[in-house]
Amino acid sequence: MALKQTMSKRLGVSVAAWVVGFLIFFPILWTFLASFKTEADAFAIPPKFLFFHWTPENYVEVQSRSNYLLFAYNSIVLSVGANVVGLIIAVPAAWSMAFAPTKRTKDVLMWMLSTKMMPSVGVLVPIYLLFRDFHLLDSRLGIGFVLMMMNLPILIWMLYTYFKEIPVDILEAARMDGASLLNEILYVLTPMAVPGIASTMLLAIILSWNEAFWTLNLTTSNAAPLTAFIASYSAPEGLFWAKLSAASTLAIAPILILGWFSQRQLVRGLTFGAVK
Amino acid sequence: MATQQTKTAGRLLVAPSVILLFLWMIVPLVMTLYFSTLRYSLLDSENISFVGLQNYVYFLSDPNFLTAIANTLILVGSVLAISVGGGILVALLMDQPIFGQSFVRLMVIAPFFVMPTVSALVWKNLLMNPVSGLFAWIAHSLGLPAVDWFTDWPMLSVILIVSWQWLPFASLILLTALQSFDEEQKEAATLDGAGPISFFFYLVLPHIARAITVVVLIETIFLLGVFAEIYVTTNGGPGVATTNIAFLVYKQALLDFDVGGASAGGVVAVVLANIVAIFLMRIVGRNLEG
Repeated sequence: MALKQTMSKRLGVSVAAWVVGFLIFFPILWTFLASFKTEADAFAIPPKFLFFHWTPENYVEVQSRSNYLLFAYNSIVLSVGANVVGLIIAVPAAWSMAFAPTKRTKDVLMWMLSTKMMPSVGVLVPIYLLFRDFHLLDSRLGIGFVLMMMNLPILIWMLYTYFKEIPVDILEAARMDGASLLNEILYVLTPMAVPGIASTMLLAIILSWNEAFWTLNLTTSNAAPLTAFIASYSAPEGLFWAKLSAASTLAIAPILILGWFSQRQLVRGLTFGAVK
Repeated sequence: MATQQTKTAGRLLVAPSVILLFLWMIVPLVMTLYFSTLRYSLLDSENISFVGLQNYVYFLSDPNFLTAIANTLILVGSVLAISVGGGILVALLMDQPIFGQSFVRLMVIAPFFVMPTVSALVWKNLLMNPVSGLFAWIAHSLGLPAVDWFTDWPMLSVILIVSWQWLPFASLILLTALQSFDEEQKEAATLDGAGPISFFFYLVLPHIARAITVVVLIETIFLLGVFAEIYVTTNGGPGVATTNIAFLVYKQALLDFDVGGASAGGVVAVVLANIVAIFLMRIVGRNLEG
């Protein structure tokens, strides 16, 4: 009897949760469906949910109309490149703060975090002018640098919290055995740090991929990533819904999949370790 | 424990990050402060002159600026209320023993990974269009008149879009906090006869209070800078109905070419963000002690 009651309660809660989840996810599903419709079907009232003429033509069209591949290439190069360089700078810093902390380590960490609090508009004017003078507007180097700097504090913080979890005893054992600093890093720490570094990288790529303040303001065509590409669809309002949907699906699919793999790290990374 | 050798090495390893971040933060900030005291138009860059605090006087007495501040606060406040309030409910629901929990989780978290330009345009067109949008069809099916979202309720429309993006974040973090809730404590409370309401207010809420604070502060920092969603949907309009500070500064700088005025606006944005940041830093800092 009691078991039956628990079961029916569980069923009820499950249905409620599925409905809520479906409603939250719905706009994405709707976009995905619309991307396979003809423009006429995308506009149809009443809306066509599943029974319409499925066609891949929008995807072909998106590429031929606007060179989607260039934007996708920029998104990939920028979000991966900026964060690889970011990691090269961040890993040593996080390593030394986690394993050889000084009196000031905590202050340095807090100060790094505080740079993340700077609103982008606060420095839009000087960055824009500097970029103009150094011919960095619409260049991959320029926007890549900005994306790297945007993520650097998050990279260091996440790596720091991961490195902190590596047991120090192992390091001491290695030192006892006469391992040099370099050996210690290469053979003892790295294998243990790789999972943390990988998840840090994943989150950083997601953040860069979706960054839409600097990419919209500092790039126009050559270095423009997918955020700017989609923004170009805001002009012909309401005319190309199916194509907008195809372009959107292409722009979000890879990062959605990456994101689903990194949910756990997301919490840690975005709260700077304050919620685990 | 750390030897002199590792200490020196440590400083060398931290140095590049510190120097880069220092340059990244200080140089533009000083420039913004400096520009904010100049009369400096990009259209007339020969004639740059020092005007003291005049840009601030101009900016602060400009009705558009006051509207932008009000819009910023309305946007941040409303999105916080919706995403945190909704996030608590979603998290409580998902913390129950449900079938296929991990799949529901995937659906709930998904909007967070959608880039702002995509979510804004999809909502504006596919969902909120007054003629062919899905919402209009739903309204008609229920016998209600369709809402012309971006004409009649521009700010509400932006709020809904941004809330959709941030609800998953709040839900995920609050769920994480809920899951660390001690099962034994839960059982003890149930055995003591605590009803669901008092159980929530006396046990659950205090337990997730810190996570809520963290969510509020982090969201506030991002929400103060909402830009792309406005840029691709309303362009700040109609009039200045959806112009927040971030958008106003962008408009002043890159559309009106007024470097001095935009910089003054930027400084105001920095001050606003810093007020929030101080509280966030305290909480995170406390966590570092442990």
